Amino acid sequence: MSAHQHAEGQLPHEPERATLEGRNKVLGFWIFLGAEVVLFGTLFSAFVALRHQVLDGPHASELFELPMVFAATMILLTSSLMSVFAVQAMHRNKVKALIGWLFVTIILGLSFLGLEIYEFNNYVAEGHRMNTSAFSSSFYTLVGFHGAHVAFGVLWISLLIAQMFKKGLTVVTAPKIYLSMIYWHFIDVVWVFIFTVVYLMGKVG
Amino acid sequence: MDWLTTVDHKKIGILYLLAGFIFFLVGGLEAILIRIQLMKPMNDFVAADTFNELITMHGTTMIFLAAMPMLFALMNAVIPLQIGARDVAFPFLNALGFWTFFFGGLLLNISWFAGQVPDAGWTSYVPLAGPTYNGTHGVDYYVIGLQIAGIGTLLGGINFMATIINMRAPGMSFMRMPMFTWAIFITSVLIVFAFPVLTVGLVALMFDRLFQANFFEVGGGGNTVLWEHVFWVFGHPEVYILILPAFGVISEVVATFSRKRLFGYSSMVFALVLIAFLGFMVWAHHMFTTGLGPVANALFSIGTMLIAVPTGVKIFNWLFTLWGGSIRFTTANLFAIGFIPTFVLGGVTGVMLASAPADYQYHDSYFVVAHFHYVIVGGLILGIFAGLHYWWPKMFGRMLNEGLGKLTFWTFFIGFHLTFFVQHFLGLLGMPRRVWTYLPNQGFDTLNLISSIGAFLMGIGTIVFVLNVIITWAKPRNAAADAWEDGRSLEWTIPSPPPEYNFKQTPLVRGIDAWWKEKTEGNTAMTPAEPLGPIHMPSPSILPFIMSVGLFIAGFGFMYAHHWLAAGGILVTFVCMFFRSVYDDHGFHIDPEEEVQA
Repeated sequence: MSAHQHAEGQLPHEPERATLEGRNKVLGFWIFLGAEVVLFGTLFSAFVALRHQVLDGPHASELFELPMVFAATMILLTSSLMSVFAVQAMHRNKVKALIGWLFVTIILGLSFLGLEIYEFNNYVAEGHRMNTSAFSSSFYTLVGFHGAHVAFGVLWISLLIAQMFKKGLTVVTAPKIYLSMIYWHFIDVVWVFIFTVVYLMGKVG
Repeated sequence: MDWLTTVDHKKIGILYLLAGFIFFLVGGLEAILIRIQLMKPMNDFVAADTFNELITMHGTTMIFLAAMPMLFALMNAVIPLQIGARDVAFPFLNALGFWTFFFGGLLLNISWFAGQVPDAGWTSYVPLAGPTYNGTHGVDYYVIGLQIAGIGTLLGGINFMATIINMRAPGMSFMRMPMFTWAIFITSVLIVFAFPVLTVGLVALMFDRLFQANFFEVGGGGNTVLWEHVFWVFGHPEVYILILPAFGVISEVVATFSRKRLFGYSSMVFALVLIAFLGFMVWAHHMFTTGLGPVANALFSIGTMLIAVPTGVKIFNWLFTLWGGSIRFTTANLFAIGFIPTFVLGGVTGVMLASAPADYQYHDSYFVVAHFHYVIVGGLILGIFAGLHYWWPKMFGRMLNEGLGKLTFWTFFIGFHLTFFVQHFLGLLGMPRRVWTYLPNQGFDTLNLISSIGAFLMGIGTIVFVLNVIITWAKPRNAAADAWEDGRSLEWTIPSPPPEYNFKQTPLVRGIDAWWKEKTEGNTAMTPAEPLGPIHMPSPSILPFIMSVGLFIAGFGFMYAHHWLAAGGILVTFVCMFFRSVYDDHGFHIDPEEEVQA
């Protein structure tokens, strides 16, 4: 609480942790992510248990096209890097740069979603539907849950960009930016596991 | 209206208590109907399919809509006071948690009026609960109702973890926290790591039922044992989510009314953590007869028996706390002392069931029914009654009538043992659980009659409690701040009921049993840790209520395949989230000086 941090018009060093509300939010969000880990862990377990139950439907090795999935992975990983730049811009109190990096982040997120929709469409055309087999059900549920998380993240960050234009960076908005960035890293990490467990393991059988 | 928009933890606690107790009465009524049906052999008081609906709804209601909310009532009413905080970390989420629980419970119980009631047992085992064998909307009510109510529970768990970590008064280190706060902290950890598993299980079952997915449909390559694993990975920690708060209550009540410090404080903490950890490791003891093989059964068997060790530590510490204390037999303390031997009995049969080969005999018999009712009713419900009688003056500013309280205890306690003690023998004699009726002269007749009489007695005990509450309501609010005069923790330093902001000045904690320590040193108040100033409070909001209504509507939309209705309901919730996000809630300030003059 030293004076120079709270000089007129200036933000404290780490604005997301400057207030008790902010600290509560950061801690609460980490706990929430703990719950999300369990959620995805259970989805992964169900997928691993059921992934060979393909019945008459296509098997993973016939279905997946690694180049496209690799492209999607690169796009999502890059978007995570962009969100790191966003938080760095926030810590340097550069609002314009912050908005710019957030914008790049959601563009990449949308590209990822576009690829995923294209991919799902292809699979359905090949007879891989929700009700085809236990493999298809657990595949669409796990990957779809992740996709829904990405979509939610895109909506969330878009709203935050709007708030940045309206209110700028304050001790109220800073925690929100920070949380959305942790969230974005989290769905990125989950994707790394999906890439490994679903796609790579699926391709090698 | 005030109650629909409140974000005050004390009012939310009262809402939880009211809603939870109403569901407790509903679940109790279902239990009485079950016991009337089983009172004599070849009875046809209710139809066989109605009986299936009754046992399903009794179990589901009691666990998710009665026991947990009443625990949430106690946590909400007490935790911020015990740690010297003005509110929980997320008051808005707290209100949202209550309303999602309430509307989830409402959705589940509307099934009675829709005429399509869940009837696959509270464990909702597939394939019985799957679309092939359960074509009506009954199980849809179970799946969607619990999903919505589960959101509330998870929010509560996150909220209380963050509150306890971040918002303790200065000086209150982890090893100075009251035992109830510790119990709720560990319970919250369990909630955070167990409930998402249930969420996934319910989603998978929902997808099977609504979108013809194949998670559990064997014809589609699905696996029914997967449901058992998912359900019990959640379901076993759930048992500890229920019982650990009761342990916390007993620790507070026993110490207060023995006028002694809780014996073995740090071992009590360690036991809690160990029970929670082991609780996650032993889910497959519900599945010994599924056929996991001897190695799995042996490991889970031993793991389960290990839990008896930390539990034993807790039991002995309570006994040592009572030992040599100047004990006051108030109603709260009667419930706490009644809890100890009852819970031990439930624990002993637990160790018996944990032995895999013996479990092949007990499995799905009334022995199991007796065991879990000893743990859940004889443990949890006695604990809740102890807590309610103990904290009632703090919550409402009125002392419950002690005479009626003791009548509640004795009728409920005797009724309970009458109901469930004999069920051990029914189980050993071979009466299976979940059966609608039984043939005469198999040795089941007398014991079932005794059991039913006991159930009526428990019903009478509950009615006496309701009467006690009504009579107390008519009396003036005159409870003292330290209502029992032997209070040990911070909640007894502020008026009963507490003002909206709880603590005018955040107290400074100087040891375990902060208030008791001050009293023994001759102080009449806590030392404040901050100067007197305006107090920042969150503003009330109707959004949690509307968000929950949105989910409620969406639930119906999904169930009856009206997708526009489902989308509309979800949209309502999202629009509320949008408003919550865009319009910042700066709250308001209370000036304590003005408050005093007014």
